[in-house]
Amino acid sequence: MKSDYDLIIIGGGPAGLAAAVGAVENGVHDILIIERERFLGGILNQCIHTGFGLREFGEELTGPEYAQRFEDRVLQAGISCLVDAMVLDVTRDKHVVVISPVHGRLEFTARAIVLAMGCRERTRGALMVAGTRPAGVMTAGTAQRLMNLEGYLPGQNIVILGSGDIGLIMARRFTLEGANVSAVLEVMPYSTGLTRNVVQCLNDYGIPLMLSHTVTSVHGAKRVSGVTVSEVDIGRNPLPGTEQDIACDTLITSVGLIPENELSRRAGVELDLATGGAIVNQRLETSVPGVFACGNVLQVHDLVDNVSEEARHAGANAADLIAGRLAPKQRTIRVIPGRGIRYVVPQYVDVHEADEHTVLSMRPDDVFRQATVEVVADGRDVPLARFRRRHLTPGEMVTVNVDSAVFRTCAQYVSVRVV
Amino acid sequence: MSSTTRIVTCIVCPEGCKVSVSTDGDTITAVSGHGCRRGLGYARQEAVAPMRTLTTSVRVSGGVLSLVSVKTSAPVPRERLLDIMTCVRRCCLSAPVSQGQVVLTNVLELGVDLVATRSVERGSPATVHEPPHGG
Repeated sequence: MKSDYDLIIIGGGPAGLAAAVGAVENGVHDILIIERERFLGGILNQCIHTGFGLREFGEELTGPEYAQRFEDRVLQAGISCLVDAMVLDVTRDKHVVVISPVHGRLEFTARAIVLAMGCRERTRGALMVAGTRPAGVMTAGTAQRLMNLEGYLPGQNIVILGSGDIGLIMARRFTLEGANVSAVLEVMPYSTGLTRNVVQCLNDYGIPLMLSHTVTSVHGAKRVSGVTVSEVDIGRNPLPGTEQDIACDTLITSVGLIPENELSRRAGVELDLATGGAIVNQRLETSVPGVFACGNVLQVHDLVDNVSEEARHAGANAADLIAGRLAPKQRTIRVIPGRGIRYVVPQYVDVHEADEHTVLSMRPDDVFRQATVEVVADGRDVPLARFRRRHLTPGEMVTVNVDSAVFRTCAQYVSVRVV
Repeated sequence: MSSTTRIVTCIVCPEGCKVSVSTDGDTITAVSGHGCRRGLGYARQEAVAPMRTLTTSVRVSGGVLSLVSVKTSAPVPRERLLDIMTCVRRCCLSAPVSQGQVVLTNVLELGVDLVATRSVERGSPATVHEPPHGG
């Protein structure tokens, strides 16, 4: 097997596949995708519901259909894919160590690397829920895999903690397969999932959504026998006297996703505490030259269409770097989250004369109506760019397209704020 | 004739308008609370005859996976979803299955087919169950 590639992409999910497409479109074909599962497509394989592709393809597809379209393009382009292979190490000089049950230990080197490892779910352990440790507590994604890929129904009487989209989708899935979902609990006073999913996954089946509620204890010896739920105050502290017990045999958690950056750390990539992903410039290049990041390993997205767009951009930039087409930077401008903004990606912009526009993606830290997102330079008061939005919520990523001239007029930093 | 009013949560955009739709039998007499024209159309349909695309999975024997994901070829009346599930549960396919393949024709005489949304090649499922990698 060949050991040197122009570009190695770690992860064959939606981000990795789109990064490969982006690189091919920019003239680089000598690419290796490394995927630890037996199939390309990543998490889309178990997302059998619809709602994917409205932006990318202008039609509503299921997860497997969306994945297949990118997979077809990757295979048609003759890109090498190594599946059922786990990357153990990535170094600063772009050396990649892989283990595979078929090939054993493999080593590769590349001129550029795209990190596209995705994310994983927060678990009950991260929530520190009190009570016993019985079987029957699992994340929504684990239940989704068991039900949609492996053919197991993990329980009959279900309580779901967290109103993230996967939790809502699984409430419907359990109901369709004949299980009973007693309630979905959400610690925040609003659903963190899309309105569409609240309507079509809960309201359609009469499943109650208990806002400002959480699980305060898990009961059961060998198997879950029930949970205690409590109402919470604004500070998310359980209110004494509001406890009620719900009998169930399964507790499903859908309480957030964590970018999976162990390999990035090994490569010496600097991480952003707010996103849990790499610190990147507008080319999505990390602090390690020639190493790019995209998709859920960079920042957790709501829609796969946005992952594809971001990853195609990362792949195209990696191709430009390989071909020596990246213009030398003049200076670096930091991008800082201001009032009402939790994080902004990219975290810095390398100013180039050639750039026409720069995409900034961000998450607000609260719900805002009739809001304006402003870009302000060097602590001055007059905004250099303004974007009106009818509705901002932490559950939905916001992207704005900033004229790059803004960064050229700026000395040190821009901040992005909601007014 | 008696008039009824239903509140429909609009799903066209993240705004989530609460649209009030009044009906008299099968006739819509009044709509209010919608924020845009697309929302008006959605609320009218949703109040009278809500439609959903059903996605689920069907058993497969002799394939690299033991299930294949499927969907209805068009939206179906919401109140028939559980009836269709009863019908799907009895179904079993043999690998290979190809994406787009019709699994059931004219399900429950509703005029829609059940079609496979992925391909499953011949082989055997993995024996090692690894944890999933993310959401």
